[in-house]
Amino acid sequence: MLADWLYIGIFLIISLFLPSVALIVAGILGPKKPNPVKNSTYECGVETFGESLTQFKVQYYLYALVFLVFDVEAIFLYPWAVAYQVQTVFYVVEAIIFVLILLFALWYAWRKGALEWV
Amino acid sequence: MSGTQFIFLVTAGVTLAAAVMTVSARKMMHAALWLVLALTGVAVLFALLRSSFFAVVQVLVYIGAIAILIIFSVMLTRRVVQEQRPRVNRLWWVAALLALMLFTGLVATLASWNGLYPTGQAVAGHPEDIGALGLALVDPAGFVIPFEVASLLLLAALVGAVFIALERKGGMQ
Amino acid sequence: MSFWVDPYRFLLEWLRNLLIGWGLPADWAQVVLFFVGAFALGTAALLLVVFLIWLERKVVGRIQDRLGPNRVGPWGIFQTIADIGKIFTKEFITPVGVDWLLYNLAPVLSVGAVLMLWAVIPLTMTLYGVNLNVAVLYIIAVGELGEMAVILAGWGSNNKYAVLAAFRAVAQLISYEVPLIVTLLLPVMFAGSMGLNDIVQAQSVWFIFLAPVTALIFFIVSIAEVGRAPFDLVEAESELVSGFNIEYSGLKFGFFFVADFLHAFTIALLFATLFLGGWRGPGAIQYPVLGFVYLMIKTSVVYFIVILLRASLPRFRIDQMMNLNWKLLTPLSMTMLVLTALLDKLLPSSPLFVRIVGMVVMNVLVLLILNQILKLVENRRPRPVVAPVVRPVARPPQISSVQNGSGTSS
Repeated sequence: MLADWLYIGIFLIISLFLPSVALIVAGILGPKKPNPVKNSTYECGVETFGESLTQFKVQYYLYALVFLVFDVEAIFLYPWAVAYQVQTVFYVVEAIIFVLILLFALWYAWRKGALEWV
Repeated sequence: MSGTQFIFLVTAGVTLAAAVMTVSARKMMHAALWLVLALTGVAVLFALLRSSFFAVVQVLVYIGAIAILIIFSVMLTRRVVQEQRPRVNRLWWVAALLALMLFTGLVATLASWNGLYPTGQAVAGHPEDIGALGLALVDPAGFVIPFEVASLLLLAALVGAVFIALERKGGMQ
Repeated sequence: MSFWVDPYRFLLEWLRNLLIGWGLPADWAQVVLFFVGAFALGTAALLLVVFLIWLERKVVGRIQDRLGPNRVGPWGIFQTIADIGKIFTKEFITPVGVDWLLYNLAPVLSVGAVLMLWAVIPLTMTLYGVNLNVAVLYIIAVGELGEMAVILAGWGSNNKYAVLAAFRAVAQLISYEVPLIVTLLLPVMFAGSMGLNDIVQAQSVWFIFLAPVTALIFFIVSIAEVGRAPFDLVEAESELVSGFNIEYSGLKFGFFFVADFLHAFTIALLFATLFLGGWRGPGAIQYPVLGFVYLMIKTSVVYFIVILLRASLPRFRIDQMMNLNWKLLTPLSMTMLVLTALLDKLLPSSPLFVRIVGMVVMNVLVLLILNQILKLVENRRPRPVVAPVVRPVARPPQISSVQNGSGTSS
């Protein structure tokens, strides 16, 4: 098992290494003639103004929260799914109750308007 | 020194360094990204402990969900995006000394404490056997009550989150 | 074992014996083999993109009644090579105020996150990076690295459009991850393992026959995860002047598209692996090379549908896209999980036929009920009236009716 993760680690290194090398080669091959106008930040039709960080709506945060809840839920279900073949109906029903409670959570968020993009 | 030890030392070093950078970075976004690196280090530690499932869960929950949640909340709180003041004050060495003393005391106390060693009910089977864990989760003789309670806890978390967030928004309907 | 039956194992054993013959310890030989294997797989995947870009341009061109690239080489097949020559000699324009490390890390991470998926996908029975026992969760976790790349790009660029687009993109990606995680539970359930090669080996019946609706949800959601049309709000040219990659140029800009093309192919590969039986087919176990051919045929079919969708569907609006996810796909995928889990236990598993028919009937019923519900909702929804129903038309109706009588066309 440790060998599996060693391979994943090596693959991570390789898959970051290959694009990096390509970028470095491209950086060497390409011309380097910066000037202030070329390097200015893009803006639609006018000079750049204000900060780049604008304030966000709370909606993004809400989606992330709902996502977090369902993410954790699914992770509980994965070990159950692996063992599904050896379970009886009773065990499956217990997991279904788990899912139904979460479906109720989704329904609550829906009714409260937490899923609206306004 | 074996290869595993070497990887462990490198990972531990990177994790600790990233954790220090998290609390000392000037920009909140940088702090959040250092936190991501620290959590990745923890995931690697899980993988080294031959616990593949928890390594992946660490990435999924802490990097995929919690870190993104933190980054979103950074974007919501615009005023404190960047801290200009110095990161340490004159008494930093006192704090460091206190922290060191506390750490030594904790290590000394915990070294003689039995609670560190597993005394609770353990899932039978090979540590890599995720199926055994899954079976234990829904087994009436196992952890079925905590399993269902976890679902209720998630429900409560969602209700609370929706309530607080929508209250700030000015209330829906 | 001859070379043609299983070239991969043959080369692997040959190389291992060579390394051990040189006096390397077996452990280190394994590490070297890992490096060689990862390097070969990563390079092959990146070279594949050269072909994919040409293929997609050609297919989309034909769909839109154009020729597509046709100048460089036969059927324009070397067009992408010429493009690579161009993009490698472009200047990197780095705007002022960027966060240097994050700005440059983003394109690398974006490609790397897609490449990482290839580490766990079985290409034949024997040719796979690793049969990780948590591969399905690994796929989702790696997808989240891609989200991190989008955040890095948006925030590192120091441009308000880039930041806005990046956060919108991440909101989209995390939202669609919920049904993705739930649908992936079903193949795991049927196979009893999270390793992708185990999942393929368990598919004596393709899982698409056991869970057609779930397969469809997975297909839709994975297109959304790639950020392709009709879910390409990630690169909204019209609203956010191209999106999170606005401040990038040259190969750094190109890398986001390399990641996009490769990701589109990879999800087709994943779909074929999870629901279409992967490398399975007649003779694939005796002759693993055949498995690769089968997998590529299945993947090509799925990939072609992905391209076809891109070429024919308009883009969703963001609120429509979020509604589709949270109010349709998420509850539907969870319902399918509950129903499939229950039915699979209740149905007798001995005649395979009964199991398949039962599952298909259940899925069709769910689709019919869903259709009725959607019709009800659609009828109840108030539609804002933006203009009077009778509008002036370019050609008044009476003239066209006269022309119909004379039989001339205009």
